[in-house]
Amino acid sequence: MTNRIALRNLLHDRIRLAVTLTGVVFAVVLIAVQGGLFVGFTTATSCVIDNTAADVWVASRGVRNFDVTHPLRERKYHQVLSVPGVARAEKFIVQFANWKKPSGGMESVEVVGFDLQSGLGKPWAMAQGSIEALAVRDTVIIDELYLQKLGITAIGQSAEISERRARVVGLTRGIRSFTTSPYVFTSFQNALNFTHLKPDQLTYVLILAEPGVDPKKLRAAIAAQVSDVDVFTREEFAQKTQWYWMFTTGAGMALVIAAGLGLVVGGVVVAQTLYATTMDHLPEFGTLRAMGAKNGYLYRIIMAQAVAAAVVGYVPGIALSHLLVHLAEAGGASILLTWKMSVGLFFLTVVMCVAAAFVSINRVTRIDPAMVFKGA
Amino acid sequence: MADMTSPAPAASAQNGHPLVSVRGLTKEFRTGHVTVPALCGVDLDVRAGEVALFMGPSGSGKTTLLSILGCILSPTSGSLRIKGREAAGLPEKELAVLRLAHFGFIFQNYNLFRTLTAAENIQVALDLKGIRGQEAQDRVTAALEAVGLADKARMRPEDLSGGQKQRVAIARALAGEPEIILADEPTAALDSENGRLVIGLLRQLALERGRGVVIVTHDPRILEFADRTVSIEDGRITQGGVPA
Ligand SMILES: Nc1ncnc2c1ncn2[C@@H]1O[C@H](COP(=O)(O)OP(=O)(O)OP(=O)(O)O)[C@@H](O)[C@H]1O
Ligand SMILES: [Mg+2]
Repeated sequence: MTNRIALRNLLHDRIRLAVTLTGVVFAVVLIAVQGGLFVGFTTATSCVIDNTAADVWVASRGVRNFDVTHPLRERKYHQVLSVPGVARAEKFIVQFANWKKPSGGMESVEVVGFDLQSGLGKPWAMAQGSIEALAVRDTVIIDELYLQKLGITAIGQSAEISERRARVVGLTRGIRSFTTSPYVFTSFQNALNFTHLKPDQLTYVLILAEPGVDPKKLRAAIAAQVSDVDVFTREEFAQKTQWYWMFTTGAGMALVIAAGLGLVVGGVVVAQTLYATTMDHLPEFGTLRAMGAKNGYLYRIIMAQAVAAAVVGYVPGIALSHLLVHLAEAGGASILLTWKMSVGLFFLTVVMCVAAAFVSINRVTRIDPAMVFKGA
Repeated sequence: MADMTSPAPAASAQNGHPLVSVRGLTKEFRTGHVTVPALCGVDLDVRAGEVALFMGPSGSGKTTLLSILGCILSPTSGSLRIKGREAAGLPEKELAVLRLAHFGFIFQNYNLFRTLTAAENIQVALDLKGIRGQEAQDRVTAALEAVGLADKARMRPEDLSGGQKQRVAIARALAGEPEIILADEPTAALDSENGRLVIGLLRQLALERGRGVVIVTHDPRILEFADRTVSIEDGRITQGGVPA
C-alpha cells in the first residue's frame, strides 16, 4: 500500500515528476561521464606499466611519474642484474621527442624504446604490421588513433623524430596516451637515436623476478644493493603515476569535483521536488498520523518515492551516458564506463535520492496530527 | 431537555467501563506569552451504542475536546481513560497505537487521499492495521456496500460528490472496526439533504455494530439522530456530560 501511495503521489504532478527525473538523469550523466573520464584518464596514465610483464621497475632517484624522469647510467643496469632473484633485466627508454610530419608541422611524441629480444615493454595491441619489423633501423609503431595527428595515412610512410627518419612499420589499436603526446614504440637501439640519450643511458630497468621470488622482496633487495635509484613493484609504480597525474596536477581533482557537483546538484533537485511533493500531500500524511500510522509507515511512502525516482531516472540517465561515452570515444576521448561502474552508479543514485528524502522525512516527523481538525 | 439526554439503547454488551471517560480535564494553549484556556474541568463519558452530539458556540472548545478524546491532543491536566486505561500523559507513539486500535475519524473536509480510489482509501485504513490481501478486499467491498457506493469503488475523490466523499470517509472509519467514531462537523460541507443522509447512515452503521459515536456539529438538523446532546460553552460542559 505504501508503494502504491508513493507512486500515485509521484505521478500526481507530472511536471514536478519531470523535474525530479531530470535532476536524477542530470546527476547520473554528469557522474558517469566525469567519473568515466577520471577512470579512463587514470587507467591511461599507467597503461604502459600495466601492460608490461616486468615485476619490478627501477628508475632514477626522485622519479615522480612514468612519463618524466632523469636517465639512469648503464652501470645501474649491471648492478641490478647482479642482485639475487633477478631472472631477467632489460633496459627501457621513455622520452619525449619532436615528431615532424611528412607534410611538415611538428607534434610532440613520447618515444618508448624496449628490448626487442625479450619484448619487455612492447606494445600490446597490434592491429597491423609486426613488432619484429622494429629490428630494422629507424622504424616505429604508432597507434591508429593518432594517424591523423601524426600526419600518417598508412603503414610504410615516414616522418622524422629529432630530425631522424622514422618509418611506420606497425599500428596498434587503442593504446592511448594520457598526455597529449602519442606513444611511439620502437626498439631500444632506435630509441637511443631518436632521443639524444647517450649510448650508456637509459630511463628504466625492467625486471622479471625468478619464479617464486616475491616482487616486493626483490624490490627491497634491489633498493638495498643499488644506490641512487627508486625501485617499485609494477603496482606501486602504476599507482604512483596515476596519483601524480590525477591529483598533483589537478586534472583529476577537476573531474572529481565535477562528478561531486553532479551528485550535489542532482541531490538538491531531488530533495527539493520530493519535499514539494511531501508538502503537497501533507494533509494526507497528517490524516495518516491521526489514524494512528507509525512514523515508519510515512517514511516508507517517502522512501518508496525516492527509490522510484532513482530507478526511473537512472535508466535513461545511464543509457544517455553510454551513448555520450560512445560518441566521445569516436571523437578520441578516453572515457571508461564499465558495467561495474554502471552498477555502482545505480547504488549511488539510490543513495543520493534516499539522502534527499531525509528533508521530507524530517518534515513529516514534525507533523502534529491535530492539524486534521484545523480544517486543513 | 430530558428527551435529549435519554439513555442509550444499549446495542452492545458493555463491560462496565465507558469507552472513553474524562474527569477534570483541562487544556491550555500557549502561544508566546498568552495562555488560552480552551477546556476547564470537563467530565464526560462516551458509551458504546450511543450517538453523542457536541454542540456549542464557535471557540467553545468542541474540537479541542474531540481531539483529546481521540488521543490526538494531550490534555494539560485531568484524566483520560480509554476503556478503563489511563491515557493522559502517554507519549505520542503510544497515543498513535491507541488511535489505531480504538478510533475511527471523520473530518469536515473528508481528508481522503486525492490520488487513491474510493476502495484504496478504505484499504489504507486496513493496511495500517495489518489487514491485507483477500480479507482486506472483502472488507473494502463490504464497507462500500454498507455506504451504498459499491459502484464507485474505482473512482477518485475528485469525481465524487461531497456526500459521496463523506460516505467513503465513513466507510474508511468503520472498515477497521473501531469501537469509537469521532466526527468533527461531518456535515458542514454538505447540503441539508446529504447531511441528513450521511448522519443517518453513520448512526445506523455505528449502532448496528455497537460503536460509540461522537459528532461535533453546529447543525441543528441532525439533532434528531442524537441519543445525547452535550452542550459546551467556554470550555465547560453545561449539559449532558456525565449522568448525575
Ligand atoms: N492550536 C491552538 N493554539 C492556540 N489556541 C488554540 C489552538 N486550538 C484551539 N485554540 C483555541 O482554543 C479555543 C477552543 O478552540 P476549538 O477549536 O476547540 O473551538 P471549537 O468549539 O471547535 O470552535 P469552532 O466551532 O469554531 O470549530 C479557541 O479559543 C481557540 O482559539
Ligand atoms: Mg471546531
